[in-house]
Amino acid sequence: MKYLTEFRNGEIAQRMAREIHSITTRPWKIMEVCGGQTHSIIKNGIDQMIPAGIEMIHGPGCPVCVTPLELIDKALAIAAQPGVIFCSFGDMLRVPGTDADLFQIKGAGGDVRVVYSPLDAVELAVKNPDKQVVFFGVGFETTAPANAMSVHLAKRRGLKNFSLLVSHVLVPPAIEAILQSPGNQVQGFLLAGHVCSVMGYWEYPPIAEKYGIPLVVTGFEPLDLLDGIRRAVVQLEAGRHEVENAYSRIVTFEGNRAAQKLLAEVFEVTDRAWRGIGVIPQSGWRLSEPYREFDAEQRFHISGIHTQESPLCRAGDVLRGAIKPAECSAFGKECTPRHPLGATMVSSEGACAAYYNYGRFISAEELAGAGSGLTGATRG
Amino acid sequence: MCLAIPGKVEEITNDGLIRMGRVNFGGIVKNVCLDYVPEVEVGDYTIVHVGFALSKIDEETAKQTLADFREMGVLDEELAGEDEAFARAAKAPQSPCPDGSCSKE
Repeated sequence: MKYLTEFRNGEIAQRMAREIHSITTRPWKIMEVCGGQTHSIIKNGIDQMIPAGIEMIHGPGCPVCVTPLELIDKALAIAAQPGVIFCSFGDMLRVPGTDADLFQIKGAGGDVRVVYSPLDAVELAVKNPDKQVVFFGVGFETTAPANAMSVHLAKRRGLKNFSLLVSHVLVPPAIEAILQSPGNQVQGFLLAGHVCSVMGYWEYPPIAEKYGIPLVVTGFEPLDLLDGIRRAVVQLEAGRHEVENAYSRIVTFEGNRAAQKLLAEVFEVTDRAWRGIGVIPQSGWRLSEPYREFDAEQRFHISGIHTQESPLCRAGDVLRGAIKPAECSAFGKECTPRHPLGATMVSSEGACAAYYNYGRFISAEELAGAGSGLTGATRG
Repeated sequence: MCLAIPGKVEEITNDGLIRMGRVNFGGIVKNVCLDYVPEVEVGDYTIVHVGFALSKIDEETAKQTLADFREMGVLDEELAGEDEAFARAAKAPQSPCPDGSCSKE
């Protein structure tokens, strides 16, 4: 494991951390939405470099984690069918459905493949005209342009054997859902840099205004995260609530217009269920009418799904930022990366996996006691 | 999953349906869709997510980010080929902590 201090810019990081210490006068709770950022924060010990009163609350930005169990069960049912090549990104493979995961379906004879890009799945459809190729289109706005293009290309090529199992979710409605939830304690957000590289950040000023909270577009590298936290704290201390871009080397206000154009053509906004959280209105995408024929749910008509979540798993509380992973009684005991009860222990972006992999086995009591009692319990 | 990796565009092809490029990520070369970055030319740097270029970036930023990502150990994971990615996913998430050894119980 590499710690931040080993990086060539460890000294700059220490200096930035000291600056955050010097400007912080009160405890603040800041949520990083993106699971990739959670991973980087825990791996690099950034949450331990900043003042104890500043609590990083880990958000729901792990697409694999929030994909509903029902859809995973549907994926398993489709993947188990003869004549189907089921394609997915790697981190979906071990996510537990009600009875199995994709890896086990493969072991039982299903043709399950891990691809680098959804375009690889389109190529498989071209090369295997006698097979139905299905791509599990999971993701936030960062991944959506890729999945949109796969369907767009399949349509232009006239492919009848390619379809997309869509589980696309959106960041802004999730932020609003968190801010509207009873007992919410989040006072500022780090926005996911690469989501904003696609969407820009024009969607966020109304949220900053409506809820009076700062939102800072932030990158993934240790210095980016420290800078994002610093800027959020500066705003909080000054009582400001603005949208700020701490990742301007990648992100513009407008975002990628070409990608947004195709997204608007291929997808339409719909209500989506988030695993562990529930339905959030207008929080995801489904295929628009001209592309509906490529919807795997319509093509395969899977019925008779009866989902059952693990009664021990508290992934929903983790995803809402209501508890830290180590506060779950199953964490590191019944639930480990080798025997995950929930998706947050599987995905490389899942908060539980990050805590487990980097040895964060602090108890709830220790956690609540940390920061001289400033942080308090985080149950929302 | 939301990570985008910087790379250098070495070649551009267009079959009339889609604009593709060969992009070099510090030695690993991948086919990448360039449809969303019409401004990118051969020799430019761009950040790439699941085979799609999302925005053009300058060379210095690209090289620095690439070095950081390599140090953070995310490059191999993001750029693995199909078989390697499957093997990785099958045993993943691999814990640097051997089973149970860093658990309290």
